[in-house]
Amino acid sequence: MKAAMCFVVALAVWLLLFWSLHWTVVLGGVLAAALVTALLVHRFPAGAAKMLNPRRWFFAAIYLPYFLYYCVKANLDVAIRVLHPDLPIRPGIVKVRTHLSSSMAKTFLANSITLTPGTLTIDIDGQELYVHWINIHTQDPQRRYAEIVGRFEPLLRRIFE
Amino acid sequence: MNAAFLEGFLEAAMLVLVLGSALCLYRIARGPSAPDRTVAIDILGTLMVAFCSVMALWPHAQADGKVVRFQEYFMIVAIAWALTSFIGTLALAKYLEGRSYDA
Amino acid sequence: MLDTIAYWIFGVGLAFDLLGCIGLVRLPDVYNRAQAATKCVTLGTCMILLATALFGVGRDWPMFVKAMICAAFVLLTSPVGAHAVCRGAYLGGVPLADISVEDVFVDRAEAIRNE
Repeated sequence: MKAAMCFVVALAVWLLLFWSLHWTVVLGGVLAAALVTALLVHRFPAGAAKMLNPRRWFFAAIYLPYFLYYCVKANLDVAIRVLHPDLPIRPGIVKVRTHLSSSMAKTFLANSITLTPGTLTIDIDGQELYVHWINIHTQDPQRRYAEIVGRFEPLLRRIFE
Repeated sequence: MNAAFLEGFLEAAMLVLVLGSALCLYRIARGPSAPDRTVAIDILGTLMVAFCSVMALWPHAQADGKVVRFQEYFMIVAIAWALTSFIGTLALAKYLEGRSYDA
Repeated sequence: MLDTIAYWIFGVGLAFDLLGCIGLVRLPDVYNRAQAATKCVTLGTCMILLATALFGVGRDWPMFVKAMICAAFVLLTSPVGAHAVCRGAYLGGVPLADISVEDVFVDRAEAIRNE
């Protein structure tokens, strides 16, 4: 099952890049995808078969614009801080807990955190995320949780778990 | 679409990207520590992807100035550059961490 | 119409790219620099690639597909790279800037180094 999915993904990327269905292209794609599958199938994420469920794709389609909105907001925020003559930053490394369990979901959570307002994931230790925050404005753990992970967790749980 | 306007726009875009690359090079030259330089090199790689997409948009125009096609093969350069610069950054990060490469 | 949108997206992407590079020069330590640079330059380059894709609509479909794939790769790889460099910097002993107000990673970093 894992091998079949890996093969299909590799072949799809190959065909999209060539944008042609000439028989040489397809033959080369099958050979290359078989090679990739043989070499890398043990690295393919374990829970990937769950992604065949269309409901997860529906939530992923909601997640993308939701994420892009926060991403653009984050960029404007950082841009203002960078251009401000006094550099109004209060940086530091804080710890937040996440309730997600699968490694795929945690990876995407960490990537989302890195691309949103002034936060950068430095390390993941089990359920704990170490996050570098460019502007620490609260000491309250609940508000920190809400600001950093709270807005992504519900959707990511529906997509990946 | 007007090919002359697109070309002027792309030339201006090139200037902005060159300015950004100059700032990255400043950080690479000055950067007090090795990670500063690594971050700057990573960013330079991402800027190169932007350069490649500017190059890919350079138009082949007909005589009346209507754009008929672009130079899409530059997008392959962009994809390859994005992936190789990512691998390079990961290797440098491992070196910074003080671990051996097969760990 | 589509071309006008593409021109605007392209312009905003360029502005973000430049802001990210200014942040790379102005901010005090490697973690803050990685923040500004990664976020702004990733989004800026993705917007440029999106604009490239929009220019390709109807004229050059292979370019559309390649630009979208490239944008996906940049969006996925760039935060991972920043995370790896910052973790490496911390474990390699680069201190936070003096204006930093909090640092809870010290103990965990020590544990990782002793493994």
